[in-house]
Amino acid sequence: MILSALEFPPIEELLEWKDMFGIPGFNKIALLCVVSALIVATFFLLAGRRGQLVPRGIQNIAESTVEFVENSIIMQTMGTDGLSWLPFFLTMFTFLLVANLFEIIPFIQFPATARMAIPLPLALVVYIAFIVTGVKRQGAGKYLKTTLFPPGVPWGFYFLLTPIEFISTFIMRPFSLAVRLFANMLAGHLLLVTFALLTAALFTKSVLAVILPLPFAMLMAVTVFELLVAVLQAFIFTILAAVYIGESMKPQH
Amino acid sequence: MRNLFELALVFGQQEKGLSALGAGIGYGAAAIGPGIGIGYVVGNAITAMARQPEVAGMVRTTMFLGIAFTEALALIGFVVFILLKFT
Repeated sequence: MILSALEFPPIEELLEWKDMFGIPGFNKIALLCVVSALIVATFFLLAGRRGQLVPRGIQNIAESTVEFVENSIIMQTMGTDGLSWLPFFLTMFTFLLVANLFEIIPFIQFPATARMAIPLPLALVVYIAFIVTGVKRQGAGKYLKTTLFPPGVPWGFYFLLTPIEFISTFIMRPFSLAVRLFANMLAGHLLLVTFALLTAALFTKSVLAVILPLPFAMLMAVTVFELLVAVLQAFIFTILAAVYIGESMKPQH
Repeated sequence: MRNLFELALVFGQQEKGLSALGAGIGYGAAAIGPGIGIGYVVGNAITAMARQPEVAGMVRTTMFLGIAFTEALALIGFVVFILLKFT
């Protein structure tokens, strides 16, 4: 009897969403995406409205966010050369952070990045950005040469090394960047769904079962863990983008 | 004719079961390597931080990068699991 209550909701709930407001294709994910972009824009517009020398309140938070992106993302990976990329990474980081944090906010409870439609275009933007940067900074021929034929290797190894470098740089990079964010957020969401359903099933089927606190405790623990994952994945996506772009600015090999 | 149809039905259900089995085993197998790898990455990062606490910030950033690269394989395994199980 209890087992039947533990059924997952049909997976179509996860793969196909109902349209909202009568606009075809505009579902909850699109709404969350627009809302998180609006939140980020409003936050920074409010913070930058009256610049004060001694920051207070919202300006303080905004300034520490900017400093975090500057110090621990750009300076760690690109150096002072990449400071002109600050607006790009700041927007990307804050957008992803808000979109990820929707996962554990009550009554929303779905990360906008758990659909491939959000991470994939961002990853493609990064892909185009690092190729264009490499071509602009080094020239097309030299960029391809330093990427595909890293110097300091005996020439025989190039038969092995060049295809690997080509696949890992030009094919796997945007794919793994997008899949990492998507799969992390989707896995977290499924974990939360599982323990929430277990808790609800035990709660509704029998009062005694509530004494078994394991699913509920796990739900709490997983929620805290997902808070960590949401922040960490936004950070990792941004820092990997910074690493890729910084690598094509000055070849390290 | 009807027997053939029933056979196809049974076979179809078997195929579904087999794909669920493969999804579980496949994800488990895909998690072994990255698990060991992340253990190595974090363990060595902790050693480095304990030896030189003054570079802990840099080590932490590099550690997260290493975890991200290692974890990608496990996540691809998870995506394959979703595809096999639910489609």
